[in-house]
Amino acid sequence: MSELSTKHGLGRVLVFVYGLFAVAATARALVQLATDASTAPVAYVLSLFSGLVYIVATWALATDRRTVAIATILVELTGVLVIGTISHPSDLDHASVWSDYGNGYGFVPLVLPLVGLWWLWRLGRQGSSPAPT
Amino acid sequence: MTVLQIVLGAICVVLAVWLVVLIVLDRLPGDLLYGVLAVVEIGLVVQLVIGLVRISGDHGDLNVAAYVGYLVGSLLVLPAAFVWAAGERTRSGTAVLLVGVLAVTFLFLRLHQLWTYR
Repeated sequence: MSELSTKHGLGRVLVFVYGLFAVAATARALVQLATDASTAPVAYVLSLFSGLVYIVATWALATDRRTVAIATILVELTGVLVIGTISHPSDLDHASVWSDYGNGYGFVPLVLPLVGLWWLWRLGRQGSSPAPT
Repeated sequence: MTVLQIVLGAICVVLAVWLVVLIVLDRLPGDLLYGVLAVVEIGLVVQLVIGLVRISGDHGDLNVAAYVGYLVGSLLVLPAAFVWAAGERTRSGTAVLLVGVLAVTFLFLRLHQLWTYR
């Protein structure tokens, strides 16, 4: 029943996109913290946090750990909505992946958790039905 | 943009359209497409070398760490996409290649942005 795993079908694409964001967000935060941590420590630590969230989400989706995946993606969705709302679009130097709802990344950070949750919800329905087609 | 970036960017756009067509028709990529991906990857290595030569000279207020990060990071995207796509030879695997190609195109734009507004 490999079709019902979170890492197949659309899940395969999702894991790759999450992996890209895990690397991008974490690397970006580490560079920011290493080169000018004093400029905006809170923003950069938040940036690092977003990277860790993407790492956990990638791992959970790739290993079919659905509860962890749902919890992590909800944190991600909350993060992008809260940071997106309180961040200033002009504040580019202090930006994280979630600033301005992920505008700097083609709004993918905003769309990604929604797609992820929809995918997990759909898999859950398939898994609970008596005879999945 | 450098000539190399324009050429590689154009190839990536063609690759992206090509991959979308393959996904829609539910067909798997052939050797020709993998060959073009390899050409792009070689181009990225050349881009890294050019980039390193550039920052060894006068580079103004450039964010060197980010610039080198993008240069090196861009090298990893396509091999990762290739390996991950190989695990599932369906249109989903092809879609992974598409994401990889789009990510590389995005990195071209960021590199160009970083160099232009340094």
